Amino acid sequence: MTTSARPSSASPSPSSATATPSWDDLVSTALLGVERRTPPWLQGADDPAAALLDLAAVRTVQRRAGLRPGTAAPLPEPARPDPRPELPPAARRRLALLLADRAAGGSGGRNGSAPNLAELLPQWLAAANAHGYRAPAPLLDALLDAARARSDLRPHALELAGPGALWLAALNPDWKFALRTTAPASPGAAPPPGPEERSTLWQEGLFAERVALLARLRATDPAAALELLRSTWAQERAEDRLMFVDALREGLSASDEPFLEEALSDRSRNVRATAAELLSALPGSALAARMASRALACVSAVPGPGGGLRLVVEAPAGCDAAMERDGVVARPPSGRGERSWWLGQLVDATPLSAWTEAFGLPPAALVELPVADDWQADLHAAWSRAAVRQRDAGWARALLGPLPEPAVRPAPVGDPARLLAVLPEEERAAWVARFVESQGLAESHSMLGVCAVPWSEPLGRAVVDALDIARDAGSYPWSFSGVMGLAERSLDPSAVDRVAPLAALPEETENGSPGAAGYWSEAFGRLAATLRLRATMLQELRPDPAAAP
Amino acid sequence: MSVAGPSVTGMEERWTSEQVLGLAPDAASRKAGTRLSAPGPWSDTGCTAPAGREGTVVWGLCRGSGSTPYRTVADLGGPAYKCSCPSRKFPCKHVLGLLLLWSAGPGGAVGPAEPPEWVAQWLSARAGAATRKAQRAAGGDGDGLADPEAARRRAELRDARTADGAAELEQRLADGVRAGLAGADRSDSRAWEEVAARMVDAQAPGLAARAGELAVVPSSGPGWPGRLLEEYALLHLLARGVRALDGLPEGPAATVRSRAGRSVDSAALLSTRAVRDDWLVLGSRDSASERLTTRRIWLRGARTGAAALVLSFGAAGRAPDLVLPVGMSVDADLAHHPAARPLRASLGERHAAPAPGPVPPGTAVADALSAYGDALRDDPWLDSWPAVLASVVPVPLDDGWQLADADGGDALPVDPGARGRAGLWRLAAVSGGRPVTVFGECGHRGFSPVTVWSGTEAVPL
Repeated sequence: MTTSARPSSASPSPSSATATPSWDDLVSTALLGVERRTPPWLQGADDPAAALLDLAAVRTVQRRAGLRPGTAAPLPEPARPDPRPELPPAARRRLALLLADRAAGGSGGRNGSAPNLAELLPQWLAAANAHGYRAPAPLLDALLDAARARSDLRPHALELAGPGALWLAALNPDWKFALRTTAPASPGAAPPPGPEERSTLWQEGLFAERVALLARLRATDPAAALELLRSTWAQERAEDRLMFVDALREGLSASDEPFLEEALSDRSRNVRATAAELLSALPGSALAARMASRALACVSAVPGPGGGLRLVVEAPAGCDAAMERDGVVARPPSGRGERSWWLGQLVDATPLSAWTEAFGLPPAALVELPVADDWQADLHAAWSRAAVRQRDAGWARALLGPLPEPAVRPAPVGDPARLLAVLPEEERAAWVARFVESQGLAESHSMLGVCAVPWSEPLGRAVVDALDIARDAGSYPWSFSGVMGLAERSLDPSAVDRVAPLAALPEETENGSPGAAGYWSEAFGRLAATLRLRATMLQELRPDPAAAP
Repeated sequence: MSVAGPSVTGMEERWTSEQVLGLAPDAASRKAGTRLSAPGPWSDTGCTAPAGREGTVVWGLCRGSGSTPYRTVADLGGPAYKCSCPSRKFPCKHVLGLLLLWSAGPGGAVGPAEPPEWVAQWLSARAGAATRKAQRAAGGDGDGLADPEAARRRAELRDARTADGAAELEQRLADGVRAGLAGADRSDSRAWEEVAARMVDAQAPGLAARAGELAVVPSSGPGWPGRLLEEYALLHLLARGVRALDGLPEGPAATVRSRAGRSVDSAALLSTRAVRDDWLVLGSRDSASERLTTRRIWLRGARTGAAALVLSFGAAGRAPDLVLPVGMSVDADLAHHPAARPLRASLGERHAAPAPGPVPPGTAVADALSAYGDALRDDPWLDSWPAVLASVVPVPLDDGWQLADADGGDALPVDPGARGRAGLWRLAAVSGGRPVTVFGECGHRGFSPVTVWSGTEAVPL
């Protein structure tokens, strides 16, 4: 307590005081007991104990009545103002409810008929950011707590929260993460500052501010961004260097090659690996050419027994220093053979165009060639990783194969979900829709997870139909709870017209599991409720005041 | 806030979601109710605000896990609720969900409608019960008037009992100081609990509560001897006041009676001393103990400028009935309980639905502290006095918080008891390092913030 007492005026009780005792005198006398020692200022009182309490009461009230303010500590520098518009009132209430649900322990059961609001927070934040709103100041603390608990929320939550959140995070250690999280540059964000300001911010800014500056500059003037990075490169900490190198992914071009070649000799292994990865994504880079020549040396096409071509693989016999410098990790993870491990890394880093040029065949034809001696799985998996890394839709399409046919199990190649992510959104949704139609929902979860939200109409229809079929087949809905959860978040809200009728309670079928019909009806009811809620949420975010009641 | 303008009779006023959540008996209910605030499980909803009734009636059917949907209805005039679900919470999550749905506004899922048969039946049953209760109350008053002599004798007997209790308490306190408080840290917590029980028998629950608190001071950390002597001395002063009631002037006597725990007859007060004003709701805070939730609502009259504190209680599992949204202004009758420095009050008839209120004018921190000091002259047992601080900046320090005048070097420490509260960070978020208006309690332990204004919006902390 910094508040201090005014010097108290002497007003002892008239019957007992000969001198004025201090408050400390009163306390020590009371502690010891007036029976043991009666101080002079209590002598003569009828009842010294009562007289002491009388005195103490007067002093207590005097002290309290005389309290004066303390001296103010230096005031904090105010937060930067946030010029973005406020949320419409209904959207603001919605955000408060979503955050309150999370704080109350959001996970909740899947069985209830009400939607799980916490699951809707990420898309609410994304939609609000798309409108360019700022968070209401009274909700900043709840927003930061939410972002603290769920790192996947952080970029969107911090974008909405804006400068106010950074200001709070600098004061509260619980929210330090916000200073090291990069929010995606909002559409309304200021243009990159001029060279002078830029240099000051780069030299003195917080980590998050520096990364944001680098990313913004990279989008408009990649060379200037690289220049800025080079100016302090030698002094940066390893984990910061990693983030900065990663920022070069945006606007990557041949002019970055000399810098990245230098980074191949960096002290930090992660920085080296990232530099190598970026170089391998530059088809004309010297590193890409070196990796291509190593990889092509391992694979050759020879006439097969049936007359057609087949691929023969001779994996590398060793991993030399030059390979290691180019980002090849020499030691395989336990359980993997060295040679296949090295081969995989060489193929990963080889520009896919090198294969089509060397063999004179398009991707689809190369993928169909038989591969000798069980090397097919390794080679195709490596091509898949390269297609994902180089975002090559042609190769991804070839590796995924044709649209799945009913009753034909597609040969698993690499990780289909990651390959799908390389395809254009529409093609991706169409492929997954066909997969669900022909194969059902059993292995669809990760593929559905990479489809753009909201799902396209054909994809949504395929998923709803597949759920309906699963019900008719007599399974319980919780076998599909993962897909149900995704559908709640990802179906287009207009799909409610297809879902709502399914919530009607049907007769128990003969082959159905006992009680399943009721559970399914509840699950579809909940799905429909969530879709309606999402439609309302988006409606509320519209700036037109007539649209949001 | 969706409520705008003064209420017109018969026109419907929707509550805010904060107001609805204020009805929730606990955090679990709040969460469950929020879950049910989407249109999904609801059907056949409606609301009506018939002219001549105090509040809106809202109803709906909620699909739960059973085959029959629950029938949920709320009458906000009471407020009173009824739901066919088996929950023992009151109000249950269905009532909360329904009211949240309704609070979304006239464009939402709950629109005006004719009440269905089951709602109409419940309403008429309630009206019948209210009439019977009023008749009983009128009859009871009649009995009281019939024998004023008996009532007077009962009061005298009670006063005598309380005075005896106070004398015993005074003796105990003196004994403690005579033997020395040094032994207090280990021996006498049990002894004070016994004294507290005897004060309850003496019909002085205020003395009992203070006596009970003496038991815990010795374990309250460094500096306890000083704090213990303060509490001994103030309780000694109160016990003396109780014994000297006959000789005290009216105001101080009333203060002593209320501190000793003598209850007042709210209905009688409201019928004789009610003041009608636009009461701005400065703050509302719940504190829960094992058996009781206490809601404290602070008001300030727009015309009278008077401060008032209204309490509402809820037994375990039930939220206090009174819900007044912070920042709103209520045109209502209010009667202060008699005291030398009146603060406690009973709320009477409300003449209109709450309407958005202004940001209250406030003072510098030094003036807030002086106001507390001034109030102590009339009521030395006050721990704090309500205060609106204008233009202060909350500052987090290494060992707590302070509220500093934006222009000037004065600052108040935040009450250590309030330091752990998450609300302080909300206060900082609203301020962003800029001056804000804060309402709270200002006292000898520091300032305990209750409400902050973000622009024109009142934010509970």
